[in-house]
Amino acid sequence: MSEEVIRTEGLTKVFNKHLTAVDHVNFSVKHGEIFGFLGPNGAGKTTTINMLITILKPTEGKASVLGFDIAKQDNNVRNVIGVVPQEYTADEDLTGLENILLCADLYGIPRDVAKERAADLLKLIELTDFKDKKVQTYSGGMRRRLELACGLINRPKLLFLDEPTLGLDVQTRTATWDYIRKLKKEFGMTLFMTTHYLEEADALCDRVAIIDHGKIVVVGTPEELKHSLGGDIITLSIKDDPDVSELIRGIEHVKEVKKEDDSYRIKAEYGEVTAPFIIEALRRKGYTVTKLMLTEPTLNEVYLEYTGKSMRDTEESREAFRAQRMTMRRARA
Amino acid sequence: MSKLNEHHPTKFHGVWALTKRELKKWLKEPIILLMAILQPVIWMGLFGKAMDLGKMFSNSNLGSIPGITIPSEQLQAMLAQIGPIVMNNIFGVKDYFSYMSVGMISFIVLFTTMFSGMSIVWDRRLGFLNKVLSTPVSRAAIIFSKVLNASLRAMFQATIILMLAVIFGLQVSSTFSVINILGIYAAVFLLCLGLSSVFLAVALRSTKWETQMAIVNLINLPLMFASNTFFPISQMPDWIQAIARVNPISYLTDANRQLTVLPLDASSLMVDFAFLGVFAAVFSVIGIALSWRYLTK
Repeated sequence: MSEEVIRTEGLTKVFNKHLTAVDHVNFSVKHGEIFGFLGPNGAGKTTTINMLITILKPTEGKASVLGFDIAKQDNNVRNVIGVVPQEYTADEDLTGLENILLCADLYGIPRDVAKERAADLLKLIELTDFKDKKVQTYSGGMRRRLELACGLINRPKLLFLDEPTLGLDVQTRTATWDYIRKLKKEFGMTLFMTTHYLEEADALCDRVAIIDHGKIVVVGTPEELKHSLGGDIITLSIKDDPDVSELIRGIEHVKEVKKEDDSYRIKAEYGEVTAPFIIEALRRKGYTVTKLMLTEPTLNEVYLEYTGKSMRDTEESREAFRAQRMTMRRARA
Repeated sequence: MSKLNEHHPTKFHGVWALTKRELKKWLKEPIILLMAILQPVIWMGLFGKAMDLGKMFSNSNLGSIPGITIPSEQLQAMLAQIGPIVMNNIFGVKDYFSYMSVGMISFIVLFTTMFSGMSIVWDRRLGFLNKVLSTPVSRAAIIFSKVLNASLRAMFQATIILMLAVIFGLQVSSTFSVINILGIYAAVFLLCLGLSSVFLAVALRSTKWETQMAIVNLINLPLMFASNTFFPISQMPDWIQAIARVNPISYLTDANRQLTVLPLDASSLMVDFAFLGVFAAVFSVIGIALSWRYLTK
């Protein structure tokens, strides 16, 4: 088994000759990991996935999936991957079981094998009791689980998840994460997912690539990325408010001190260990700390650092927005 | 390196799986099915029965013509003779209902195939198309399953129409035999193949489903009326005749009439089938090529 499940070299997609959706992207995904593509809507996540799952042809560059070239051996790629698209693609007029069996047919899996696998998958996603109900009657979480089952029917070695929790409420989202972890454990798969939820990337992914305007800005584990910012943020206030910036700056692991009105914003490594040292140092000089807050950097700070903008205020493309709104509507229906 | 999934879909397997899905969906919505049958039934009832052209030749419709005095009984007898002759010369059958109810088969074929493209618009919008594209099922199977599905639907509906028409009083000619029904299926299939391939390509390439609706609504009735479905071509003005003579609907309708209500004329039936065959070949190649290019972009 090769270590690299996905490898891209200068992968590029240009739409209509001038809209560059994905711009010379290089990355590799290792066997057995959950690799996340994090970025705002319109950053090129879905376009990248669509190239890797061979429904879009790259304009330039190369990529291999499980050792197969996505351009030259596209049918081999399709055979060994599973895809869980962003939208709810299950046929609403059919039952859950019928949908899974339809997927099985599309992979050419014989009926008896398909039925066996469908029964196992339905049990795994806890939809056995609803298998003969029309998908119309399913909730958003149930539909998402059904999509997962359809993506797994061919026992893929690599599963692509495009925005797996889009439009789900918080509880259902957490539950879906549990299913994804369970699937990974059960099948020993490699997962490639996209998300624009920072918490999701943080909770699920072994490694994250931040993508913006079609380019990969940084790749690493969530921990590495957060660490690369240079530590935690300690905010504290002291009584009587003299300037103690210099004093704090002298303490070990403190990297940056900024006085803001009546508080100090301190960037420090190992915040949970450093904070007591700061309190102790100040107390010895006769200052009283009145308030202290310790914040570990989240991926939002990482995102801010590398893209120069907050995740929330990035503009959304209209088309993507419309598609997402439709998915969300169906999720809530 | 990685071992391939041990199963591969054959071309047939893929076509069948996707066609089965469509048929299942269709059968699960009995209302839509009912509406699809009800619509031509209403047309048959309103047009075919209300516009009983043969009835025009009656005494009361003539009233009194100034300057001509013919005794009432004599006029009645003359009209009774003239009526069927005029009908037969113009329509080839004695009653209008037999004429137009066979035309309803073309009506249903046209409407079914035009809207068959719509389902792929929804498949694309809802992401189903992309999901299918990410499976090893062949692109050709995706296109062909849609065409096949439209054809099967139209053939099923044609059967129902024909059965209902017989119940409502369709009079078959002396040359009719049960084997002719196979001929009707063949003719229907040829037109479906051509039309649904084209409308599938239009549907795939139009960015909005409203575009498709607008196109369909714009051309369905003109196509219907510029053909022999409701009225014989020979009675139309020249410029409509020109359209009607290249309109494939005319050839399907004529073939179906030859096979049911008209005395079979082998040479005109050959012409009909030749035209339908060429139409199906040319337009399915164009339609499938356009769809193929879209699906493999």
